[in-house]
Amino acid sequence: MFKGVYNWIDERLDITPMWRDVADHEVPEHVNPAHHFSAFVYCFGGLTFFITVIQILSGMFLTMYFVPDIINAYKSVDYLQHKVAFGGIVRGMHHWGASLVIVMMFLHTLRVFFTGSYKAPREMNWVVGMLIFFIMLGLGFTGYLLPWDNKAYFATKVGIQIAESVPYIGVYIKELMQGGEIVGAETLTRFFAIHVFFLPGALLALLAAHFFMIRKQGISGPL
Amino acid sequence: MAHGHKSNEKVVFVGDSRVKKKPGGYDTVPPDYSAYPGKSEAFIPNFLLKEWMVGVVVLVGFLVLTIAEPAPLGYPADPTNGAFIPMPDWYFLFLYQFLKYPYVAQDYVVLGTIGIPGIAFGALLLAPFLDTGKERRFYKRPITSILMLLSLISLFYLTKQSWDHYTHELEKTNTIPEHHLREEKAREAAEKGQGEGGTQEEAAAIPIVDKNDPVTDILKARCLGCHAPDMKGNESGGIPGFNGVGDRHSKEEIVDIITNGKNNMPAQKDQLSADEIEQISTWMAKQKAPAE
Repeated sequence: MFKGVYNWIDERLDITPMWRDVADHEVPEHVNPAHHFSAFVYCFGGLTFFITVIQILSGMFLTMYFVPDIINAYKSVDYLQHKVAFGGIVRGMHHWGASLVIVMMFLHTLRVFFTGSYKAPREMNWVVGMLIFFIMLGLGFTGYLLPWDNKAYFATKVGIQIAESVPYIGVYIKELMQGGEIVGAETLTRFFAIHVFFLPGALLALLAAHFFMIRKQGISGPL
Repeated sequence: MAHGHKSNEKVVFVGDSRVKKKPGGYDTVPPDYSAYPGKSEAFIPNFLLKEWMVGVVVLVGFLVLTIAEPAPLGYPADPTNGAFIPMPDWYFLFLYQFLKYPYVAQDYVVLGTIGIPGIAFGALLLAPFLDTGKERRFYKRPITSILMLLSLISLFYLTKQSWDHYTHELEKTNTIPEHHLREEKAREAAEKGQGEGGTQEEAAAIPIVDKNDPVTDILKARCLGCHAPDMKGNESGGIPGFNGVGDRHSKEEIVDIITNGKNNMPAQKDQLSADEIEQISTWMAKQKAPAE
């Protein structure tokens, strides 16, 4: 049955070469942890992506309950954490996953750095990778405010103050992030939109570029 | 019509990836690793299953952490809370700590916010264009490697410093972080069978007596900066509220606390006249729970 459906689609769209290209490409021995245990350092990039997928999935479930306004944000997180079945687990995964993704990305960056893998012809992929790093930090910063407890509120206030101290454009950055005179209702909706739509959109585009380039150029050779 | 209805031919698109490359044309064949020593294998499923083994180890550790340590949640944001010690997430601590040093703060803050971090992150972003040598091994390119190691050391040092400052500050002000306090309260309430419990409002239910007494002007000026504008104190900072204070202390004790201070509260004898202290104490002694 499945084979019949597949063949029906393949006859029309010729999809086989697309996925065979991804599936069949060769992976060399020096990055394979089954051959050399120390090659696990080459897994950090894949693990970063794995945790990112967990973040996207757990985040999608969190938005089913989260209400981005200053009266209900805290209450909805409280409800989600303490009343919803497995809510505490899903929020826990999103909370700790945010830290873990930074750790994995940090280790991946160090691996690429110390193996000199960013050198020609892979310069562009390094730059895209660094942009992904900054996007992730932005996701961490905007996500921190959303539970709207004291920790979130005061950390965001300090963060916006720091951004404001940038000369010339600081006040505009502040206004863009804060959405008004104070850290308040508009800041929360803005951070929510940035955290849920803007940054993930940019992240997915950059990840696509990152993977396209690694596919095109192949993994860097052994040292 | 080129194709009849019964045609078994697959549709052939322009640019079909199965079309053989013309000699001298652009190379569309993915790189193979026949030049590398050892055994290479297909990405799916062979290699991916092995990478998944590493992934499973990470996933188990991650889930153990998630179950052992629930995500923290403090009390609802209160902009008037003056005693709260702000703390960003751990991966921003290095920058937060860096900006506390005098040569990158206040007048020189530009150096701290975009000067030095700008150079550091700019150099990281453009690393492939700065380190252009052919050599890949880190010990064969000492300058790049040493710069990275120094950055890493300062990163770890600043993060550690920041955390130590924070824990020191907590000890000094006798503060329990809110999310810990809230968790403890919830546990205590659950043990007593009172449901989830644990919001600040429930903890201070005794109403303030004589809210509009003229003495509250003195309170606003001298006391409510720490004891909170709603006079409920700050639980996580160990600062008591004024609700029901008359049940906890006699008027003489209140005079003594205001005059000479107690725990973290500074003595007020130089700031307030004896008459003012007398007025405040009289008002506070009236703060008793309503008779049931």
